[in-house]
Amino acid sequence: MAASTSPLRKRHLSLRQQDARIAWMLVLPSLVVILGVTLWPILYTFALSFYHAPTGINQVRTFVGFGNYLTVIRDRTFWETIGRTMYFTVVSVGLELMLGLGIAQLIHSKPWGWRFLRLSLIIPWAVPTIVNGAMWRWIYSADFGALNGLLMQLGLIKHYVPWLSLPNAAMNLIILADVWHMMPFVALILQSALATLPEELEEAAAVDGANALQRFWSIRLPMLRPAILIALIVRTVDAFRVFDIAYIITNGGPAFRTVTITYLTYFNAFAYGKQGIGAALSFLISVFSITMAVIFIRFLYRPEETQ
Amino acid sequence: MRALHKIVLIALTLVLVMGAWGCKPAANPTVTIHVLTMDQAGLKPAEIDQIAREFEAKNPDIKVVMEYLGYDYIHDKITTGMAAKPPAYDAVMIDVIWPDEFIKAGYMLDVTDRITSDMKAGMFPASWNGVTRNGRIYGMPWLMDVKYFMYNKDMLQRAGIAAPPKTWEELIDQAKIIKQKGVVEFPIIWSWPQKEGVICDFTVLLYGNGGTFLDASGKPAFNNDKGVQVLTWTKQTLDDGLSNPSSVSSDENAVRDAFIAGKAAFAVNWLFQFSDSNDASKSQIVGQAAFAPMPVFAAGAAAGIQGSSVDGSSSFAIMATSPYPDQTWKFLTYLASNDVQMRYSAEMLPVWQDDFKGEALAKLEGATPTNAITVPAFLAQFPYANERPTVSYYNEASAALQLAIQEALTGVKSPKQALDDAAAKWVTLAQ
Amino acid sequence: MIPYRRILRKLGLFLLTLPVLAFIFFPILWLFTASLSTQVELFAIPPHWLPQHPTFQNYLDIFFPSQAASTVPRTFAIALLNSIKIASAVTLICILIGSLAAYALVRIPFRFNRAIQIGILGSRMIPEVSLILPLFIVASTLQLINKPIVLIIAYMSFALPYAIWMMAAFFQTVPVELEDAARIDGCNRLGILRWIVMPVAVPGLISTAMFTFLLAWDEFFYALIFTSTLAAKTAPVAIAEFIGRYAVNITGMMAGGVLAALPPVILGLIFQRYVVSGMTAGAVKG
Repeated sequence: MAASTSPLRKRHLSLRQQDARIAWMLVLPSLVVILGVTLWPILYTFALSFYHAPTGINQVRTFVGFGNYLTVIRDRTFWETIGRTMYFTVVSVGLELMLGLGIAQLIHSKPWGWRFLRLSLIIPWAVPTIVNGAMWRWIYSADFGALNGLLMQLGLIKHYVPWLSLPNAAMNLIILADVWHMMPFVALILQSALATLPEELEEAAAVDGANALQRFWSIRLPMLRPAILIALIVRTVDAFRVFDIAYIITNGGPAFRTVTITYLTYFNAFAYGKQGIGAALSFLISVFSITMAVIFIRFLYRPEETQ
Repeated sequence: MRALHKIVLIALTLVLVMGAWGCKPAANPTVTIHVLTMDQAGLKPAEIDQIAREFEAKNPDIKVVMEYLGYDYIHDKITTGMAAKPPAYDAVMIDVIWPDEFIKAGYMLDVTDRITSDMKAGMFPASWNGVTRNGRIYGMPWLMDVKYFMYNKDMLQRAGIAAPPKTWEELIDQAKIIKQKGVVEFPIIWSWPQKEGVICDFTVLLYGNGGTFLDASGKPAFNNDKGVQVLTWTKQTLDDGLSNPSSVSSDENAVRDAFIAGKAAFAVNWLFQFSDSNDASKSQIVGQAAFAPMPVFAAGAAAGIQGSSVDGSSSFAIMATSPYPDQTWKFLTYLASNDVQMRYSAEMLPVWQDDFKGEALAKLEGATPTNAITVPAFLAQFPYANERPTVSYYNEASAALQLAIQEALTGVKSPKQALDDAAAKWVTLAQ
Repeated sequence: MIPYRRILRKLGLFLLTLPVLAFIFFPILWLFTASLSTQVELFAIPPHWLPQHPTFQNYLDIFFPSQAASTVPRTFAIALLNSIKIASAVTLICILIGSLAAYALVRIPFRFNRAIQIGILGSRMIPEVSLILPLFIVASTLQLINKPIVLIIAYMSFALPYAIWMMAAFFQTVPVELEDAARIDGCNRLGILRWIVMPVAVPGLISTAMFTFLLAWDEFFYALIFTSTLAAKTAPVAIAEFIGRYAVNITGMMAGGVLAALPPVILGLIFQRYVVSGMTAGAVKG
């Protein structure tokens, strides 16, 4: 209340502190929720992974140290599953990127009806994953599916093929379903990035005699790099954790060929009742995911600095 | 003070939102029990609903909420449902292969003292086996089912075959003739997907060859010569085009669909396939299906095996943490009561052995048009029903064997290799 | 460029769009026509690409359950309702508390600002499967299984960080000068947030709300484990349960699928302007 010697300085400090206090009040609810629903569970999972914890009422948990991790790492199924999940990730993200880039380019060149095309892209992306899975499961159906019907009518096959029973085909078909679902995401991100690219660089290059392919490769692509890397990171991290679509299209079969790492964790934690192993597996998955993400992000921010 | 306003507002909204969704309705005088059962084989949901309504009419203070799920989902739903307090379900259908696991996990209520001597004596001993462990009983029998060998009379006639096969080898011969004559493209259809169904079919074939799952000391024996022969034979039928390739992904519903659409001459399945085959609204082969004793392998017959099938019975158990065991038990008793079972015997034969004797037998056979055929078939086949291993780790063990069979059938591994790998897994699980 | 060459180029590009459109639409149209077919037609070989006897019966089964032959359609409407309730609640909460946090993180320098940002980014990277066991164990101890609240809370784990991140990106686009001007006029932080930033960032908030809703609507894994009874079952779980039953009700499943897809698809189409900006914003900092 009383005027002090340096009223201005006092008020400046106080404002800063006031700011900080307000900041904390604003952040606190979200922080509490996130700490409660993310941080605490991940620590609990980590702790649980050191126990033998069978599901059940009044079941005893015994400490086994790294036993669960050893069991997991020694199990061949674990490595096969990681391999399968990586195959799924690499192929589906790769396809999404190529298709997405192609379609983004297509929209960017503004053919007739490009607005309709861009609008339509939203539909596959917005369809819920489970509906997408159910839809493709029916399309791939051995006895009555549209895929068989189409191929038969086109004369490409003589008998209906039980696609989802072929161990090698099943995973690829799931990839196709996922690509259909997620490719619009990549396409739309890349297309909006394309729309913001300055045209002068390419026009100058065209004047200098560079053809379309050269312009694309040396100018457009590097400028798209940030957007591509962003799409890549998001899709890769998500593709690695895929579960829903494998669950609904093939239930993990045939012969376990479409069991992904998350699905394996589900089996152990809930179907086999081994919560300790499930915890160990899920902890390994998060370590893997975060490592991948960090590597990608490092990669993303380095080239920007060099420019 | 503005900040405080803000926080209070937010807190209020949160409370409102959460309150709205977490609201409990006003307390009811009636007790509501939740029952989970499968929507597959046995009685149809509409029929079970009917029984539930009858029960409610007789017991106005109990309300029954039934839930139906495909068989493959039930096991996991029980596991996750039991984690709730009160448990998500008061009673669940327990397949014959689950008691060991669930009793160990403490899910099933010991009901030994609730069983009356009438029940004990009246129901088939085999049906009690499914729910009895160490002398204590954990459930009420409900559905006794085995896999039957069904064939299409008309198709056999068209192919000029006089009688159904007695051995699996004969089956192959007959199937070849049927295929050659163009009667149907894939004469046989099986249930070999990566689900429990494939183990059922495998059980039928394995024991029909004189094999067993475990030997006397409890170690895996399904990977010995007899088991490998069975698996090799199975693969051969696929390669020869006698077994429908979609067998590898067909569950028992799909097998039934194919059989009643007239796409198979021979189909091994549970009882429900027969009544469906005579349902004019779905079936193309009304009146053409017939039972025959399940064939065995020539080697098995030589070793004295007279018949082989698999026990696919199920029972109802009260969940150990259910707050309403008495009311639930009342309902389960009603479900299993002779009266109810007799009325629905077309879909599901009664578990009361007296129904199969003397006058009662005649009454049972006359109860519905199909009973005259299904009852003798049941009496003939049931004595040979084999059990799958009663071990607490069965769920995971079965998964390993399902995988092995799938790998062999799709050519990924040789039958011997696949079975050996599965056996190795069983050994580690047993530890 | 020579005029006819230009037309040729235009034509060529247009022709290229056709297979893309076909790729996008064939599956979804098949889903839709299947939902309008009878079971018998669906099992026809060769397939009837357009149903000869289209019918709305499958939809009627879902909305007027007492007539339905099979049980799943009867309860599907309840699952849809659960999905609406849960997704709405999640969206509301995320926007309410997330917007506050987002603003604080991008505009107010305070001691742990950077650390919290990294923490939120990190929590987005943690897969659902790593959190489910503890959440499941706690939920069962607290007797929350099969109640919608458990899903609302569990969904916070991925929806809230996502929402904060998106809104942070949008708040950053609000010119600082506006805020400074308001500050000079005597507004404090909260006033700025309420009267200056929020109104300008409304498109961003709408975008975030839509994305959060879609995210919650789409979720399956938690819903599968945490809910099995009608009290809280969501639409994706209900659709998964169509499979493996006595008489697989394909047409019912397709109709259910269309209904379950309608809210997100319609939202996406209506707010299509916000979809792309949302995607980029959500991805930019991620």
